[in-house]
Amino acid sequence: MEIKVLHQVMEWNEDVSAQVRDVLHGSKVCMINVMGSPGAGKTTLITSMIERLRKEFAIGVIEGDITGQIDAEKIAALNIPAVQLNTDGACHIEAMSIQHILPQFDLDKLDVLFVENIGNLVCPAEFNIGEDFRLTVLSVPEGDDKVAKYPLMFTDTDCLAVNKGDMLPYFEFDLDRVRADYRGVNPEGPMFVVSSRTGDGLDELAAHLAGRIRAALA
Amino acid sequence: MHELSITQSILDISLQAAEQQHAKRIKVIRLQLGQFCGVVPECVQMYLDVLAKDTIAEGAKIEVIEVPLRVRCLDCGRESDIDRRHIECPFCKSIRLKRLSGREFLVDSLEVDT
Repeated sequence: MEIKVLHQVMEWNEDVSAQVRDVLHGSKVCMINVMGSPGAGKTTLITSMIERLRKEFAIGVIEGDITGQIDAEKIAALNIPAVQLNTDGACHIEAMSIQHILPQFDLDKLDVLFVENIGNLVCPAEFNIGEDFRLTVLSVPEGDDKVAKYPLMFTDTDCLAVNKGDMLPYFEFDLDRVRADYRGVNPEGPMFVVSSRTGDGLDELAAHLAGRIRAALA
Repeated sequence: MHELSITQSILDISLQAAEQQHAKRIKVIRLQLGQFCGVVPECVQMYLDVLAKDTIAEGAKIEVIEVPLRVRCLDCGRESDIDRRHIECPFCKSIRLKRLSGREFLVDSLEVDT
């Protein structure tokens, strides 16, 4: 005998994700989910964005890592509220973990919450965590084939930062290929070439994020 | 790695549905998987073999109904199934598309003994 079920499997995560978004919007906080490979430069890029955005917005950071406190300490050194979220082995952050960690922030005093996801180009893209928008970071040394190889990370994002742009002369990295592949899977997503080392492109990226944050908080 | 928690969720949904129908055994769990959802059915089966031990789903087989990535073109209005690596309308090459299906991840149905 056949029983029809038609029940969404990821519903639990989607439900919690909606609850997180409601809590954040209730306190007028915009959440940005930052994703990319280990070593792409997510923490440093968040640091550069904090420097450029902190005049206008009160910022907090959730640092996702499998284990350890290294990244949260780097952010806390900027006098920004930072909480480390250790996933104890899991390859991505789920909405439930964000829900548990939110009470550690005084949300009424925040405008923006950056979440640095686990360094991984696959799993984080599959889990909404209650974010308003997503920023994917790809760095030049990772190679120009990553958009073609890991499409979901670049499809389900709102903005792509190609980091370590100052390394372009030293790597066989075809920026046009990345641009074309990204256009192919995410026709409307903007792309910025930046370098946290030289500072190139950071002001443009920060201006774009500021626009999106203002729109989310409006 | 997250196929473990996903499989637990699939099992919970299936056991609940089977219990409501007073089924004695679940033989098949049929999933609807969108081409875009990134779940590995073989992996789900392996976890299910372990998780379902001592439940009425012990030994149940996972079957997959694949759901294509289907879009409607916002420029020419036609619908088509496309490849996730080439997101454009095959008729007019427009990239202004609305996704109609392809990210489904559902327990579709069960085969049970009553």
